[in-house]
Amino acid sequence: MSGNGYQDARAGDALPGFTAGPISRHALALYCGASGDHNPIHVDLDFARSAGMDDVFAHGMLSAAYLARLLTNWAPQSALREFAVRFVAITHVGDEVRCSGQVVERFQAQGETRLRVELNARSQTGELRLSGVAVLAAP
Amino acid sequence: MLDTRHIGAELPAFTTMVEAGRLRFFARATGQDDPIYADEAAARAAGHPALPVPPTFFFCLEMDSPRPAAMRELLGIDIGRVLHGEQGFTYHAMAHAGDVLRFEPRITDIYAKKGGALEFVVRETRVTGAAGKLVAELRAVTVVRNG
Repeated sequence: MSGNGYQDARAGDALPGFTAGPISRHALALYCGASGDHNPIHVDLDFARSAGMDDVFAHGMLSAAYLARLLTNWAPQSALREFAVRFVAITHVGDEVRCSGQVVERFQAQGETRLRVELNARSQTGELRLSGVAVLAAP
Repeated sequence: MLDTRHIGAELPAFTTMVEAGRLRFFARATGQDDPIYADEAAARAAGHPALPVPPTFFFCLEMDSPRPAAMRELLGIDIGRVLHGEQGFTYHAMAHAGDVLRFEPRITDIYAKKGGALEFVVRETRVTGAAGKLVAELRAVTVVRNG
């Protein structure tokens, strides 16, 4: 990281990454309750099997929350202008969620300097699970 | 096939209040250990009037709809066949515990890929706060597995 804070970041700078998980069934139950996403496919094995899945699987939005945490660890949330994720593949019980991000652009928009950040969540084997992009103001 | 005549359909609007206890539970469930998301004093010390709503929690608040299945019911979608394809947020202002937020969702696109094996529904939601101030915009892409 160049400079002293995220405001000075340049294209190519990496955000401090972290690994969440391994994802437990308990973690999925907690996220089900806390998020309000009560789709049984994430917590009820019987339901998941009846829907043709081998097992329950993680909410994509749980990994999205991890990627958002990567951003707010790095910059104050008030700087966040946009955040979007694409769910590329399912995260299974027992998987790690390895979160990483990199500044790809420093640009001007709507009267302020902004940073575009690309984000990835990968499994313990490196398989891409979520890709994301965020835009932050860099005052 | 999903009926594309529903493109443009407004889903039930609703208001919901952001509850501090729910934000603390969400912080715990997502491994968020920054105290500003769970400790009122830490939030105030960081300049927030109350616990802040974290970036993805607007999606959770959208599930507080009194009719959370409205889109699936309108389109005739089985919950066991849906996957979340994409989720986006545009932020206009911070929201905090105690805020009353209004959600106005609508269906903005419906399309198919792989000869109809996968269908996609795009839902966009405006979130406004006090005096109608725009707080956030959400964009969700739901994938329906057919076959």
